[in-house]
Amino acid sequence: MGIDWFPLWLSLRVAALSTLISLLAGLWLAWLFSSRTFRGKNVLEACITLPLVLPPTVLGYYLLILLGRQSQLGKAYEWIFGQPLVFTWQAAVVAALLHSAPLLIKFSTAAMESVPRRYPKAARSLGASEWKVFWRVSLPLAWSQILAATALAFARSLGDFGITIMLAGNIPGRTQTVSVAIYDAVEGGRGDVARVLVLVISGIALVSLTLANRMGRLSVGKAG
Amino acid sequence: MIDARIRKTFHSRDDSAEFALDVHIRTAARIAVLFGPSGAGKSLTLESIAGFTTPDDGRILVDDVLFFDAASRLSLSPQQRRGGYVFQSSALFPHMTLRENLGFAAGSIPRLERRRAVGAMLEQFHLGDVAGRKPGELSGGQRQRGSIARSLLSSPRILLLDEPSSGLDAPLREELYAMLDEVRGAVQIPILLVTHDLDEAMQLGEEMFVLHSGRVVQQGAPADILDRPATEEVAALLGRFNVFDAEILAMDPAANRSRLRCTAASGFAFELDGPYFPGHMLGAKLRLGIRADALRVTAYATHGVSMRLRKLGRRMQTVRAEFEGGIVAEIPGSGLEGGAHNGEWMVRFPSESLRLLK
Repeated sequence: MGIDWFPLWLSLRVAALSTLISLLAGLWLAWLFSSRTFRGKNVLEACITLPLVLPPTVLGYYLLILLGRQSQLGKAYEWIFGQPLVFTWQAAVVAALLHSAPLLIKFSTAAMESVPRRYPKAARSLGASEWKVFWRVSLPLAWSQILAATALAFARSLGDFGITIMLAGNIPGRTQTVSVAIYDAVEGGRGDVARVLVLVISGIALVSLTLANRMGRLSVGKAG
Repeated sequence: MIDARIRKTFHSRDDSAEFALDVHIRTAARIAVLFGPSGAGKSLTLESIAGFTTPDDGRILVDDVLFFDAASRLSLSPQQRRGGYVFQSSALFPHMTLRENLGFAAGSIPRLERRRAVGAMLEQFHLGDVAGRKPGELSGGQRQRGSIARSLLSSPRILLLDEPSSGLDAPLREELYAMLDEVRGAVQIPILLVTHDLDEAMQLGEEMFVLHSGRVVQQGAPADILDRPATEEVAALLGRFNVFDAEILAMDPAANRSRLRCTAASGFAFELDGPYFPGHMLGAKLRLGIRADALRVTAYATHGVSMRLRKLGRRMQTVRAEFEGGIVAEIPGSGLEGGAHNGEWMVRFPSESLRLLK
């Protein structure tokens, strides 16, 4: 049984990158949602949650329209990076983003909102800038919950199948992630390969979730 | 000097009734007290001054700095106002040590001096030994002292204290009051204190604002307010007040006397001598109040009202005697000695202590 480990390596890289991007976006949006009120806030929050409930094929279809070679965004990407986005491993990152970002934004916002209001208020009244309030008060107090959400988002973004196959395709050695490789192996009658990959990916997910739970519990203990 | 006119309306929602705050706090006192029951708008007033909430209308001036002016659409940020706000439950940051908490507030002090300033403040508030501890490892009193020390390090323009003694037991309260006295002497900024504890208001406040349902119902020196509540509302808030209806039966302006027929709770009626009430005719109906500790209770006396004792409760320094009609007397020490026939006592209502309420 010769196993090609490229899909696993690619999946980990894709998940790590999408989680990192989601974390940055999540922190910013969490700050925005938890400290500001503005018009269209509810609609924006609903849009961010939408990927969690829509079928992957629907999301894949939207992304193809939005990022395909005929679209403005797709053309812009091609002009900047010199190659189209679709059917590259970067497209798999975009696919994974649709799973990790909503989770991270949702949980980070909840984490920031769970910080008792008197702490940021006290910090502001002590003359601390919004930047300082965020980095030195709100974020440290919400940090363990955000880390837990990050582990969860990482596990979730390892597992995309539908959007990846529509947007990045199934090109062995280039865009084939673990979940696609498993499908491929089952289809091709290579049950042993599928079994190993399934076990490995389950193990990674289990470890991530255990970490997420531990960090989540830690923060609950602190809040009390 | 504080001159704050604040108007803010919260419209009713599913979980809350409509609430309108409309107060004018104007005082030159070093420590002014906002006194009132929960939900009177005390904390909201404080939050408006700190800049945590924006009034619909009004103007807030602290010393010579305009914090807020609805007319010219000016509203300083909480950072610019630097209203050293001390929360009811200490808001020391739980992830930092006490020293780090103080250092956080000392951002405006040059780096080289900061360490020394923090150290000096810790010493001044007797917190030097526990500076390395996190708030969770401090006692309630230490946390509250730490919060005030932290506020002072941010060179505040005003000190806003939101029920700082709640959750502290009696000796710690005394310690806190002594410390606030020191602070009052040491810093030249106005201090606004919110409390629903009358003793605290009496002990600390130079001027007191009584708030009820979002309005200032009386203002003045705490002792004066306690002695002469302007309205029945205030008398009820102060507690320790007997309030009853009275009708003028006879009067003698020259001798400053009147004869009153009074009706207390559950229809209990009695007659007593009162002062002359200028502007009120014979037969006029009045609302009168008298402090529980102004009543004189004796076993035998020639005048006074004979009343049956209902309940007797011992306090630390006083005895609380409740008579029929809900009339309550607070008598110092062992004032009810000697006993009386059939539990009937003679209760005197000193004429000069009777207050006309609106």
